[in-house]
Amino acid sequence: MKLAYWPGCVSRGFTPELHGSMELVAPKLDLELVELDRANCCGAGVIAEHNQELVDTLNARTFAMAQRVEGAAGMMNVCSTCQGAQSECQERLDADGDYREEVNSHLKAESLSYERDPDWWNKNFLWLLVEEIGLEALAEKVVRPLEGLRIAPFYGCYIVRPTGRLGYDKHPERDRYLDQVIEVLGAESVEYAGSHKCCGFPVITMNRVTSLRQAGRHLADAIDAGADCLVTPCPLCHLNLDMQQPDASKYVERDLGVPVLHLPQMVGLALGLEPKDLGMDKHVVKTREVQRKVAELAAA
Amino acid sequence: MAENYTLKIRRYNPESGDTAFWHEYGVELDPERSVLDGILQAKDREDASIGIRCSCRAAICGSCAVRINGKTALACNTRISDAADRAGADAPIVVEPMNNMPVLKDLIVDMDAVHWKKVRRVVPWLLPDGPPPEREYIVPAEAMIDVTQSMACIQCGACVGACLSLEVDPEFIGPAALAKAYRFVGDPRDGQTEERLKDLAEDPHGMYDCTHCFACIEVCPKDVAPMSQIMRLRRRATGDYEIKDRNNGYGHEKGFVDIIEKWGTLHEAQLLPRSFGDGSMIKGQTEPGAVKQLVEALPTALRGLKSGKVTVKKALLHPKLPDQDQVRRIFKEIHFKDERLELNMYIVGENSDEEEPAMGEGSQET
Repeated sequence: MKLAYWPGCVSRGFTPELHGSMELVAPKLDLELVELDRANCCGAGVIAEHNQELVDTLNARTFAMAQRVEGAAGMMNVCSTCQGAQSECQERLDADGDYREEVNSHLKAESLSYERDPDWWNKNFLWLLVEEIGLEALAEKVVRPLEGLRIAPFYGCYIVRPTGRLGYDKHPERDRYLDQVIEVLGAESVEYAGSHKCCGFPVITMNRVTSLRQAGRHLADAIDAGADCLVTPCPLCHLNLDMQQPDASKYVERDLGVPVLHLPQMVGLALGLEPKDLGMDKHVVKTREVQRKVAELAAA
Repeated sequence: MAENYTLKIRRYNPESGDTAFWHEYGVELDPERSVLDGILQAKDREDASIGIRCSCRAAICGSCAVRINGKTALACNTRISDAADRAGADAPIVVEPMNNMPVLKDLIVDMDAVHWKKVRRVVPWLLPDGPPPEREYIVPAEAMIDVTQSMACIQCGACVGACLSLEVDPEFIGPAALAKAYRFVGDPRDGQTEERLKDLAEDPHGMYDCTHCFACIEVCPKDVAPMSQIMRLRRRATGDYEIKDRNNGYGHEKGFVDIIEKWGTLHEAQLLPRSFGDGSMIKGQTEPGAVKQLVEALPTALRGLKSGKVTVKKALLHPKLPDQDQVRRIFKEIHFKDERLELNMYIVGENSDEEEPAMGEGSQET
C-alpha cells in the first residue's frame, strides 16, 4: 500500500527512534511511504490557539501535498497530536466551501489546493494498522509473538477526543485499537486508569506541577497494574512519559522507572526486528528489561 | 417493549461512617428511556434511599450529571440501551458520581464547593464601562456569534467532573468557569476585557493550566466546547493585548509560532528558552527569571543528550523546509489581515457546504 507519509516534527527531532522504527517497520507491512518532506508543522494546537485561518492554511498545504501523491491510498501520520490537530483543521475545511476557498487562496501561488473528498483520509499508524491492514493480516505477519510481555496502552488525548471529530461514528472501536494491537502481537494489554488520560505535555512550560503530576500518576498506575512497559502512538506523550520520567517521579513522590515504547517499536519487535535497530537504546528510561524478555522469546 | 437492564450504582453516605460500596439494581424499561429513568425506577421499586439530584428530565436543568461507564454525562440525556451497549455484553451499566467534587451522598456531588465557587471566581456578570445607555445596548449581531456557544452552558458541571487538569490541580479554575469568563471577555458591552484576561493569564491555575485534553469538549451535553473557549481567551490575551504573563503562556505561543514561521517545523531546542523569555531567544537566555527556569530544565536536556535522543548539532542547528519561503508568505498574508478569520463550527455545523456560510470574526482589535 502506497501512502503519503507525514512523520511530524518530533519524530525527526527529539524522538528520532520513532521515525527510524517506522521506516523499518513499513516494508515489513508492505507499506510504501512517500515522505512529505516539504510539509510543515501541524501547529500542535498552539497555532490553532494563535490564529485559526493560519493553522487551517498550513494544514491545507500539507493535505494538498498528500493529495498530489500519485497512487497513494491516503495519508498516514505517526503522532496522535498531528492526527488531532489536522483532523480539527480538516473538519473546518470540509464544513464550508467559502471558507475552504479563502484558505486555498493562500496556496494558489504554488498551485496547491486542498480538495474536499469523502474518500480521502489521514490516519495515524494505529488506525491504519487496524482499518487498512487489519488485525488478522497483522497477526499473520507476527514472527515473534510478544508472549509474557505486559504492555500498558497510552493513547494520547488528540486521538481519542473529541469523538465527534475523530471519526468514532464510523469507527467506534478506535479507543480500543491499541489494546487490540497489543493482544494481536501476542502481548497482554494492561488495564489501568491512565490509558486515555492526558500525559501533561502541553503545559510542561506553563505549569510544570500539573504536567508532571499527570505523567507521574499514569506511570505509577501502569506500574501498579503490573506493566513491563507502556506503548504510545504519540511522540509528545513519549517525551513527557519517558524523557521527563525522572522528574515526574519527584512530583508523585515515588520511584517509577517504566519504559515507554513507540507504537512502531512494539510492532517491529513482533515482526522480528531487533531492539537496537528500532532505537530502543535511545530512551531515557532504559528498555533493558523489555529487551531481555524479547531476547528470551527469540531463544524459545 | 420493556427490556431488562442492570445498573451498578456506587453508594456512599458520608454521614453513615461506612465506606462506599457497589450495589446492582435490576430495572425494566423501554430501550429509548434514559439512565435517569432507570435510577428513578430502582429508587421507586427497590431502595428509596438512593441519592440522585434531578429535576427536568429533559437536559435543560443540568442537575443529573453522573459518570456512566466511566464517562461523564447527564443521566436524563443518555439512553439506557446505549449505555448497556457501551457497557458490553452481560456487564452492568456502571453509574458513579462525578469526579473532582466531593460526594454528598451516592450520586450527588457538592457543586457549591467546587463548581459554583470557581464560577464566582471569574466575576460572572457584565462589567460595563461608564453609565448604562438610556435605552438598551446596541450590539452588532456578528459580535455576539463568538459568545453564543458559551451562553449555551446549563451549569451541569459535567466538564468540571471530567477535567483531567483539575484531577491533579484542584485549584485550576476549570473549564466551566473559564468558558463563562469568555462569555464576558467576548461580549462587546463589557468594559473590563483586558483586566479579566490579565487576571486569568497571571493566575497559575488560570487559562494556561488547561492541558488541551478535550475531555470537557467530549462530555458537554450542550456543545459549549469549554476548551475552545479557553483557547479563545488565550488568543485574545496574547494576540489582542499581548499580555506577557508569568506562566509563560504568551512566550510559549509566540515562541512556537515564530519558530514555525522561521523554520517550518518545530525547532524543539529553542522552544524552552523562547517560552521562558516571552517568545524572545535572547531574553530567554539572559533574564534572571528565564535563566532560573532554564537551569531547572537542564537535567531533562542532559538526559536527552545522554540517551542519544538529542545531539548537540540538533540542538543548535535546525534545517529550514526546502520551501520555507512559501510558509513565510502564508504567515505574512494571514498576519497582515486586519481581522482574524474564524469559522465558528458551533454556528456552521458540520458539512454545511450547501448552506449559507457563517463566519465570525475573532476580534476587532487585531
